[in-house]
Amino acid sequence: MEGFDFDVIERSLGYLFREGMTFTVTLTLIAMTGGIVFGTLLAMMRLSSFRPLSMLAGAYVDLMRSIPLVLVIFWFFFLVPYIGAWILREANPIKVGAFYSAAITFTMFEAAYYCEIMRAGIQSIARGQVWSGYALGLNYWQTMGYIVLPQAFRNMVPVLLTQTIILFQDTSLVYVISATDFLGAAAKVANRDYRLVEMYSFVAVVYFVISYSMSLVVKRLQDRIAIIR
Amino acid sequence: MNYNWNWRILLETEPGGTGSYLHYLIVGLGWTLATALAAWVIALLIGAFVGTIRTTTMRWAVRAGNLYVEIFRNIPLIVQMFLWFFVFPEFLPTALGDWIKQMPPPWGSYVPAVMCLGIFTSVRVAEQVRAGINSLPRGQRFAGTAMGLTQFQTYRYVVLPQAFRIILPPLTSESMNIIKNSSVALTIGLLELTGRARAMQEFSFKVFEAFTAATVIYLLTNLVVVLLMRALEHKVRVPGLIAAGGAAQAGH
Repeated sequence: MEGFDFDVIERSLGYLFREGMTFTVTLTLIAMTGGIVFGTLLAMMRLSSFRPLSMLAGAYVDLMRSIPLVLVIFWFFFLVPYIGAWILREANPIKVGAFYSAAITFTMFEAAYYCEIMRAGIQSIARGQVWSGYALGLNYWQTMGYIVLPQAFRNMVPVLLTQTIILFQDTSLVYVISATDFLGAAAKVANRDYRLVEMYSFVAVVYFVISYSMSLVVKRLQDRIAIIR
Repeated sequence: MNYNWNWRILLETEPGGTGSYLHYLIVGLGWTLATALAAWVIALLIGAFVGTIRTTTMRWAVRAGNLYVEIFRNIPLIVQMFLWFFVFPEFLPTALGDWIKQMPPPWGSYVPAVMCLGIFTSVRVAEQVRAGINSLPRGQRFAGTAMGLTQFQTYRYVVLPQAFRIILPPLTSESMNIIKNSSVALTIGLLELTGRARAMQEFSFKVFEAFTAATVIYLLTNLVVVLLMRALEHKVRVPGLIAAGGAAQAGH
């Protein structure tokens, strides 16, 4: 392997990070926030004593977790325009850009995974906590909001963050709908200049550095939380 | 929603003329399973080895194992696919690299996909194996040593037989993950189930029929895997142990 061309990487650095990495990071943050909010609601539904509600949430989570993310991306890519038309009462499917489509997909998909984490978190809280909440005269939402969820969330922060690192890596799959995320941007340069080896090696290194450093942070956080407990 | 459903499309002939669209998708499932199974063999072999050496007292082996796990865990699967498909052949001797690049389809995508998925999953298997070994009481190891077994013998006769049986439930979810993850191979041109559903959508413009059919096939496949693994778990269960419940884990 001779003639590894570092120049092509240097030339495209601006494009890769300004266009590509911005897309990737924004998508990750949106899907994380939306996924955790949605996932927590799903977890509360799953743990509800009202059977239809828990079954509905359970079916959604199981469905999302049984089909490949690539297929889910395709599903939403084609489904969202129809749903949009239905909500806006338009006759024809509306146009939805790759970014919005991806944001909706990853929020909905990750919600299923965050849900399972939050469910474990909620279930790890002692029953007495809930009872004391009710004994104080708090209603369900107050008990959840002031007593159960803050503790569950805090216990689960390391797992939630680990899931977010996986989410960060998985966003690269938007390649299949030709979005310009970090990998997509690199692929475009790679194919234009015929520099696949250089670009894909560089992408791998960048993803590794970011994911690995984040996992070190999570590990330190985990140790700190473990001591306090 | 203004969408004209036409389920009969599944019975119409696909443009390649190999049979109906349904048949076309089922062949895709065949490729999905063929990829997943071959990769699963690689993942189990390497994962068991790496996971085990990370629990030994050999410090260099632990370091090498950790390095291996961190590398393949922190690079997205699709990027690893591209590395195996586009980059790896370039680093081989020219003749071998060219031979790999000129493999006829679908083998040209199948082989890199299997290697990639196998190694990607081996890391996760290695983590489970290590956790399983570490969950055994220390007394098991001491007992082995007290009986005069070497470290290798202790692993072979005392530690590993128990550890593998404990980690079967988490391995079930890994075997479903490997089936799901094999869909990423469509990006390097392997026409497995998701790839064929996408192709069917492009040929026939019947988006939702194609994806619904693929979704149903995936759900049925998962069901079969769960039932098979449950039967296996029941068969090799360690008597006297409470069924191991999995802790909350991140996944995809």
